[in-house]
Amino acid sequence: MSVDVKLEDVWVRFGSFTAVKNANVTIRGGEFFSFLGPSGCGKTTLLRCISGFQEPTDGKILFDGKNMAGIGPNKRPTALIFQNLALFPLMSVADNIAFGLEVRGIGKAQRRKKADELLDLIALPGQGDKKVGELSGGQKQRVAIARALAVEPEILLLDEPLSALDLKLRQHMRTELREIQKRVGITFIYITHDQGEALTMSDRVAVMSEGVIEQVADSVTLYDRPEKPFVASFVGENNDFRGRVTSVSEGYAEVETSEGLFRGRVSEGNRDALSGSGPASIFVRPEALKIAGTATEASNAFEANLLQEEFEGNMRHLVLESKGGQRLRMTLVNDGHVLDYGPGSTVPVVFNPELAIVLPQEA
Amino acid sequence: MALTAWFQHFFKKNGIVLSIYLMSAVLLWMVIMIILPQVFMLDFSFRFNLPPGKIGGEEDVYTISNYRFLLFGSPGNPDPYNVIDTTVFFRTILAAIFVTVFDLLLCYPIAYALAIVAKGGTARLMVLSLIVPFWINEILRAFAFRILFGSSGVINTVGMTLGLWDTPFDFIKADIALYAGLGYAYILLMIFPIYNAMESLDRNQLEAARDLGAQWWRIHWRIVIPFSKPGIASGCTMVFMLSAGALAAPQILGGPSSLWFTQIIYQWFNTGGNWPRGSAYAIVLLAVCILFVLFMMRVFKVRIGEIGR
Repeated sequence: MSVDVKLEDVWVRFGSFTAVKNANVTIRGGEFFSFLGPSGCGKTTLLRCISGFQEPTDGKILFDGKNMAGIGPNKRPTALIFQNLALFPLMSVADNIAFGLEVRGIGKAQRRKKADELLDLIALPGQGDKKVGELSGGQKQRVAIARALAVEPEILLLDEPLSALDLKLRQHMRTELREIQKRVGITFIYITHDQGEALTMSDRVAVMSEGVIEQVADSVTLYDRPEKPFVASFVGENNDFRGRVTSVSEGYAEVETSEGLFRGRVSEGNRDALSGSGPASIFVRPEALKIAGTATEASNAFEANLLQEEFEGNMRHLVLESKGGQRLRMTLVNDGHVLDYGPGSTVPVVFNPELAIVLPQEA
Repeated sequence: MALTAWFQHFFKKNGIVLSIYLMSAVLLWMVIMIILPQVFMLDFSFRFNLPPGKIGGEEDVYTISNYRFLLFGSPGNPDPYNVIDTTVFFRTILAAIFVTVFDLLLCYPIAYALAIVAKGGTARLMVLSLIVPFWINEILRAFAFRILFGSSGVINTVGMTLGLWDTPFDFIKADIALYAGLGYAYILLMIFPIYNAMESLDRNQLEAARDLGAQWWRIHWRIVIPFSKPGIASGCTMVFMLSAGALAAPQILGGPSSLWFTQIIYQWFNTGGNWPRGSAYAIVLLAVCILFVLFMMRVFKVRIGEIGR
């Protein structure tokens, strides 16, 4: 039922502009897979390649090993949900949902039956005779999903379908999308620039930047073990200390920064790139920074000036400025203790090398 | 109440000077250019054709004799009704329908290409090449068609050189030149309303339909045509009305045996010198055309408000 999608050395060029550079990724059947990246990173182009609206300039797209070159969007086992949904405003809700079946020459009664079934699935029972314009944003969203599911695709492609909804509805639809995916059991390929969406819904995420797939991993790995500086700073918040590598040992490296010598983890893949004293960054999450005295680490200590405190109830966000003039963020859990430092005072800061990631920077 | 509120809002929005100008311009246009002439025509059509001296005199009374003449001819007519005039009338209506359908079939793809397929520069170039020929006077264009379709014209020459036919084909006698000329005269009036309606169609809807497996004809039938229906209706109305009322093209391109109803009207006004009868004929043509358009709008479920869009 579900189909593996494999991109092999895919390049897409528009004139002198290269939208996708050498994309290689295998999306497993039945997986909820997201492409995450800022606008213009090439993720929509990749989606259009998979759906068949765009032919790659170079490389192959394989569905279960079968090359899709030259096969049009109407002949692929994919269904695409558009960013603006693209429902047909002059048709009823049921006609919208059953359009794909009408195309396949299925009789009226049977179409209606299938549409009603799908309306039940998306929790809009009995609304088939309404006009599309009478539905709310979230309902339209669900109708678009039903319309795509009606043709029983093996791969559902979603192009930022939640971006037009308000925050509450968006969060609700995340859960709903995930549930629908589990129920129908087909491959979902999801495009978004919203990391919250990508991280909460997906089995795996591909982070893209400027046409390049930077890293493919599950949400936890992306957040805790980024492999590229772009991933480290794009996914979640991060403090980026720049410097030069001084030594690399088993699983760790030391970086000389303007704040001192810091130690952090190094992945297998980045080890070679870090040997030699190249430029590197050590990334530390705001929640990994601690105030010395409340934690026990001896290494990775420095001092910073407290600029301001943002109180969020369960969290405290401290905005700090290091001696070298770098802005830093520290997040503390509100455990009931009163903070000993006021704005303007000097705070001793430490962090655990386990929670710091050393990544090579381009020279 | 609503009307006074509307006037107040109108004056507030546009200022006194502009408001007065706009309202008097519209009023003058409506009354002097449209309503008054038609009222006079209507009045004329119910009067006898009297010499100038007797107008306003005792004999100047209302009559339906002009309308009766269109239906039954002169009192000495041996036929049960006025065969020539009614035949020409219905043939004119049928021919106008034919020209309209022909123009729709010709212009729908062009409008689609302009609105959906062509990009920036290409679209502008297409529009330009559609408009430029209409800088030429209508009469000249009709004569150009006469030359094109003539027995030694370009079309006959090419056709015979290619061996498609042996002897020159009389396009004018077969009314092909007339239909081509009329059809060409109004293509812009068909293309632009359809283009206008189509342009606001969300391209994603076309892609969505295609993604769901729809063939090209189904995309047109279910999505593009329903969406551009107001434009199609307004284009068809204009082309039908104008070709039913055309005079120059039938005069120049019509074959010796074909007569257009407008030519009969023209004859009554001009050579016949019978304005009341000409008015009656013109009123009948106008009324039947309007009724026909309203009927077709009912059939195709187009509301009159949509046409204005």
